Amino acid sequence: MSLRRTRAIARKEFLHILRDARSLIAAIAQPVLMLLLFGYALSLDVDRIPTVIYDLDRTTVSDSLIKDFRGSRYFEIIGEVRGYSPIEKDMDSRRALLGVVIPSDYSKNLSAGKTAQVQLLVDGSDSNTASIAKGYAEGLIQTYAERQRQQAQIQRTGSALGAPVEAQVRVWYNTNLVSRDYIVPGLIAVILMIIAGMLTSLTIAREWENGTMEQLLSTPVRPMEMALGKLSAYFVLGLVDMLISLVVGLGVFHVPMKGNWLLLFTASGVFLFGALAWGLFISAANRTQLAAYQLSTLTSFLPAFLLSGFIYSLGNMPYVIQFLALFVPARYFIDMVKGIFLKGVGLELLWFDFLLLVAYGVGIFYFATRKLRQKVA
Amino acid sequence: MRQRLRRMIRKEFIQTLRDPRARTMLFLPPLIQLLIYGFAVNLDVDSARIAWMDQDRTPQSRELLSEFEGSGRFVIAATPNSEPEMQELLDRGKVDGVVRVLPGFARDVQRGRTAGVQVLLDGTNSNTASIVSAYSGQAIQRYASQVMTQRQRVKLVAAAEPLHPAVPQVDTRTRVWFNPDLRSRNYFVPGVVVNIIMLVTLSLTAMAIVREKEIGTMEQLMVTPIRPLELILGKTLPFVAIGFWDMILVVTASLVIFRVPFAGNFGLLCFAAFLFILTTLGAGLYISTISRTQQQANMSTFLLFQPFMMLSGFTFPIRNMPEIVQWFTYLNPMRYFMEIVRGIFLRGSGIDTLWPDLLALGGLGVIVLWMSVRRFHKQLE
Repeated sequence: MSLRRTRAIARKEFLHILRDARSLIAAIAQPVLMLLLFGYALSLDVDRIPTVIYDLDRTTVSDSLIKDFRGSRYFEIIGEVRGYSPIEKDMDSRRALLGVVIPSDYSKNLSAGKTAQVQLLVDGSDSNTASIAKGYAEGLIQTYAERQRQQAQIQRTGSALGAPVEAQVRVWYNTNLVSRDYIVPGLIAVILMIIAGMLTSLTIAREWENGTMEQLLSTPVRPMEMALGKLSAYFVLGLVDMLISLVVGLGVFHVPMKGNWLLLFTASGVFLFGALAWGLFISAANRTQLAAYQLSTLTSFLPAFLLSGFIYSLGNMPYVIQFLALFVPARYFIDMVKGIFLKGVGLELLWFDFLLLVAYGVGIFYFATRKLRQKVA
Repeated sequence: MRQRLRRMIRKEFIQTLRDPRARTMLFLPPLIQLLIYGFAVNLDVDSARIAWMDQDRTPQSRELLSEFEGSGRFVIAATPNSEPEMQELLDRGKVDGVVRVLPGFARDVQRGRTAGVQVLLDGTNSNTASIVSAYSGQAIQRYASQVMTQRQRVKLVAAAEPLHPAVPQVDTRTRVWFNPDLRSRNYFVPGVVVNIIMLVTLSLTAMAIVREKEIGTMEQLMVTPIRPLELILGKTLPFVAIGFWDMILVVTASLVIFRVPFAGNFGLLCFAAFLFILTTLGAGLYISTISRTQQQANMSTFLLFQPFMMLSGFTFPIRNMPEIVQWFTYLNPMRYFMEIVRGIFLRGSGIDTLWPDLLALGGLGVIVLWMSVRRFHKQLE
């Protein structure tokens, strides 16, 4: 293997990248766009749930419950209605997600010391939002009921019993429960995977399709050198993307970074290498760019996005899918990145993930060069 | 004109279906995507993995534990005995949270003081954390009200009052519409249909045209007597067919494999899909006019697809977005189609509630297609 020939291939590939200004811009715009989207626009945090209220009781007692709903930041009362059909209409047209119905015997039951009922109607189509909204509403009513109970007791016996058990909830790592803080670090992995997969998967298929492969083959360059040369050019581009993600994530979105920088960079480098090698492997195995492109979205973007624990937690998936996810390198990288960013843990806990990433990179690179050698020979 | 168009379409079909690998690539990816998305995209927390750290070890604390276990929402994954052990479980992400019963719990409960139960949550995934927090709050609340009733009974018996105490209580009756079991799969799988149609038709159209440019067969096509409009139609009509085929495939698979309810009208779904495909073909055609190589084409496809998918309400509710971004989503055809597809699947909505979305989708389709055809036309001349 000759370093000079590898460098020459790297240089040629660099020129390719630099000359194709539009692909280059796309490669840089992609991470910025995704970061902006995820950082600014997209959130799973549920608040200001549009709520309609149907109060059949219309007393000061029912009013105090409505006031609680109005005062909470989780609910936004978009209207008070008379009857079920307006609620139905609001839910059908997706204007409201929650309906609160207070029956006519509500205050009577409460003052008689009986159990009063409140009905909640929830639009369950978006089940995540629905179950969180349901939890908030039930919690609010529970707190309200507790207050009513205490008041009644004070009236009757002069003193109130405190609540017997109280949950003291403390949140670690992402104390304010901001979904951005766990999405942005994981996004680095997704971005690297997309860029790496998309750029390298076409690099060899293109040479075949355009007929320049024959020209390359007539030079003394060896498969290994070709693979390394092509990889190193895209490696630089990938590092640029990673830096952009880091700068935007830390500078613009103020995602907390608690861990070790060196570990973060090393892990990213190893992961990037593996991702690029995978693209190269696909590229070597396919003769047309279309096939290579489809295969690379299917095997790099989708798993990195869906089977990596980036947004959707792996623990909820069926076992077959969980088993498949064991072979997704992005999963180990995301594990590491979230650990480093949010928990500040180091290699003492993450060494196994790291080792797997190294093994993956080396293994895939070996297969890619072997495939290339087969095709060339 | 009819004859030339027919030949062109035939050529296009032959070209896409000739090679067996390309054939499987047309049908396999949508199915795989459906399976992965359908199984993976899920925000439910069916059972939270928690660690139980009991520092009291009394009948009372065990009662609380059985309340947690009985709720069916928790799996006790570990029982740490010390702080460092607990810390490590959280650091490694082995559990979603730790419930810690402090020493003196039973004493406080018995003496009528407020006993505290610590719930430590791993907030890394804020969505899971807020759901687990709600679940554990409910379990503790249930235990508390049991204790409360007992205590009151004791107190009232002492005060020689009637045994059934008159305590005001509020009971919530929750009814969930449209998706009564709150299965997120019912919400996400119809959305996947939208994603797949978008991805397939957009990228195939763009790449098929650019491919001819890149390998130089576009020139050959242009020296034949075929007219620009025929060329455009010939290039796009096969993809309308493929788009429809993929839709039927994916809808059938989602009904059979995922047992998603289908409450609405299939004809309406097809009509909406046709309007949607107009836009994606238009966008594909447009990308093909601004790309010289297939790499450029698929980078542009991706650059376009990403934000459109993210801003369609597929995973992230549009309601949660900043207002400016919400305005922007009105220009997103996927937003309307997503709404329509979910409406048809889950609510059984008809034209009476969906007409604004259909109108917007059709309008966008015509505009995008017209603009791209004009641009493409100009380029050919």
